[in-house]
Amino acid sequence: MARRALPIFKQLTCRSSPTSFAVKPDPNTRFVTYMPRPGDGAPRPVTLIPGDGIGPLVTNAVEQVMEAMHAPVYFERYDVHGDMQRVPPEVLDSIRKNKVCLKGGLRTPVGGGVNSLNVQLRKELDLYASLVNCFNLPGLPTRHENVDIVVIRENTEGEYSGLEHEVVPGVVESLKVITKFCSERIAKYAFEYAYLNNRKKVTAVHKANIMKLADGLFLESCREVATKYPSIKYNEIIVDNCCMQLVSKPEQFDVMVTPNLYGNLVANTAAGIAGGTGVMPGGNVGADHAVFEQGASAGNVGNEKITDQKKANPVALLLSSAMMLRHLQFPSFADRLETAVKRVISEGKHRTKDLGGGSTTQEVVDAVIANLD
Amino acid sequence: MASHLLRRAFGSRSNRILSSLSSQPSAVTPRVFSSATAPIQATLFPGDGIGPEIAESVKQVFRAAEVPIEWEEHYVGDQMDPRTQSFLTWESLESVRRNRVGLKGPMATPIGKGHRSLNLTLRKELNLYANVRPCNSLPGYKTRYDDVNLITIRENTEGEYSGLEHQVVRGVVESLKIITRQASLRVAEYAFHYAKTHGRERVSAIHKANIMQKTDGLFLKCCREVAEKYPDITYEEVVIDNCCMMLVKNPALFDVLVMPNLYGDIISDLCAGLVGGLGLTPSCNIGEGGIALAEAVHGSAPDIAGKLWLIL
Repeated sequence: MARRALPIFKQLTCRSSPTSFAVKPDPNTRFVTYMPRPGDGAPRPVTLIPGDGIGPLVTNAVEQVMEAMHAPVYFERYDVHGDMQRVPPEVLDSIRKNKVCLKGGLRTPVGGGVNSLNVQLRKELDLYASLVNCFNLPGLPTRHENVDIVVIRENTEGEYSGLEHEVVPGVVESLKVITKFCSERIAKYAFEYAYLNNRKKVTAVHKANIMKLADGLFLESCREVATKYPSIKYNEIIVDNCCMQLVSKPEQFDVMVTPNLYGNLVANTAAGIAGGTGVMPGGNVGADHAVFEQGASAGNVGNEKITDQKKANPVALLLSSAMMLRHLQFPSFADRLETAVKRVISEGKHRTKDLGGGSTTQEVVDAVIANLD
Repeated sequence: MASHLLRRAFGSRSNRILSSLSSQPSAVTPRVFSSATAPIQATLFPGDGIGPEIAESVKQVFRAAEVPIEWEEHYVGDQMDPRTQSFLTWESLESVRRNRVGLKGPMATPIGKGHRSLNLTLRKELNLYANVRPCNSLPGYKTRYDDVNLITIRENTEGEYSGLEHQVVRGVVESLKIITRQASLRVAEYAFHYAKTHGRERVSAIHKANIMQKTDGLFLKCCREVAEKYPDITYEEVVIDNCCMMLVKNPALFDVLVMPNLYGDIISDLCAGLVGGLGLTPSCNIGEGGIALAEAVHGSAPDIAGKLWLIL
């Protein structure tokens, strides 16, 4: 009898080893069900742009995970590279048809004659809001705690208008254009986002003490929209002070709305303090379309060393694809994907180089697939 | 003997003066620094808000340490001086030009409307083209970052802060960002010269030339030209969003940073945050002809009192 009891005993002790999340959702903690319309489960097409550098690696990771989950999406792949002059029209047509796109980074040659394709794509499709969600992942040690910041950045105008000219040899001018129309709609999006996601505070980032008219116009629009949402707190902060506060006391920020250039800097700083641009999800959204990509620094496609050794971090794009699944109204797939990714990060065994580990992209993907339930 | 004393006291700046003295005795008016008896004349702008208190602290400390400086105080008026088109009087500016050395407290600038920033006026009138801000972790003041040891050098006169804005039609505002070869060369020269004289090994140029190709491209071209003249200093170029992230993750990666105006403003304040805040950072504006105006970087903080860091 002892001989028979021993293996049973061993099995019992193995099964009771704790994991950080329950294997099956406990009926007592599951939410009330999401009731879809008949036919919502039909597979949705999503345009996929692998991009340059580490792009193909990480988009491949997403494809593998979607396969493993049997998610109701299928990808239409298009090859676009950063040194093309324009985004090919068939890609734009595909995105207009599908309404949703997932993309890796497009590398823009520095100082060359090519306008950034990332920026072109955003302008063509009028994706006027860029969103980055920067938060502390449990199990990933960073210098700052309690970070949960969403940076909403105006995506189409401001310093990135691309309007430059050489006045005389040796003097170059660049135009920064701020319009009331764009400032108003980004402010409206920011407050609506805060309202729909139960966020308590919106902070406008500006430099209106120096650029009085331009950033002054942006601030006016934000103030007007703020009066329509009395339950959400609104305040303003100058961009250099903001960066300093982000580095010393990031817990004071919740949702931040910024014009184009400052948004780039603030998003990258916030991503850096919360764990790095390799893990922060984000996307660009407009009235009709949405493009999901790595949250901050989408133009940074890594160097050859990372691509050759296949050590790129797929976490950012995996979390962005979870955002995409929610956008497509498949919440439980999104929840499963996010839970699996967070579990892998918190266990700490499979982490790529930028998080302090030594795994390859494929190892992280396998770990995520193994953790899907 | 006098030149030996001068050289010991003032390092590279006096080398330049003495060499220019020896080469063109008539063109440069010899500056009298302190010999054994005469004190250095320096201009002091106490500024607004907490300014007068901290200026007072500085004077006390200098008196206690017996530093041979005589302060010429100038206050910012509340009327426009027509000769300078700002609240700073002509006499104040002349005093700085004459003394070549100054110390400035914080001056308030109204947000969104009102007169032009007084800090900007000072910089434009005195042609203070480089703002140097060393950021070093202070031993004894623990922050989350312990190994910060970098210098940010920011172009101070042009770029996004030209102040040239206009409303095209109702609801559309344009703001001009101007980059010139002359100003970029000047600040790049200063940055490499600073790196060399202070034994720094790397200079990084910060830019956004993948988006603003012509403007930041020109800045980068000028930096590259100057870099060729200093082959023993490593030169690299970093895109600004990458730079922000690297600074926040690992500030030890950077040594000397040189950048145009707006990025410089933001990055230098970010670095100040890394070491403990604006209350702890010294800064100096360098002008042509060797003018140096040191300043407190923080604002006038009208709601608090009692900070000591004008001393740094």
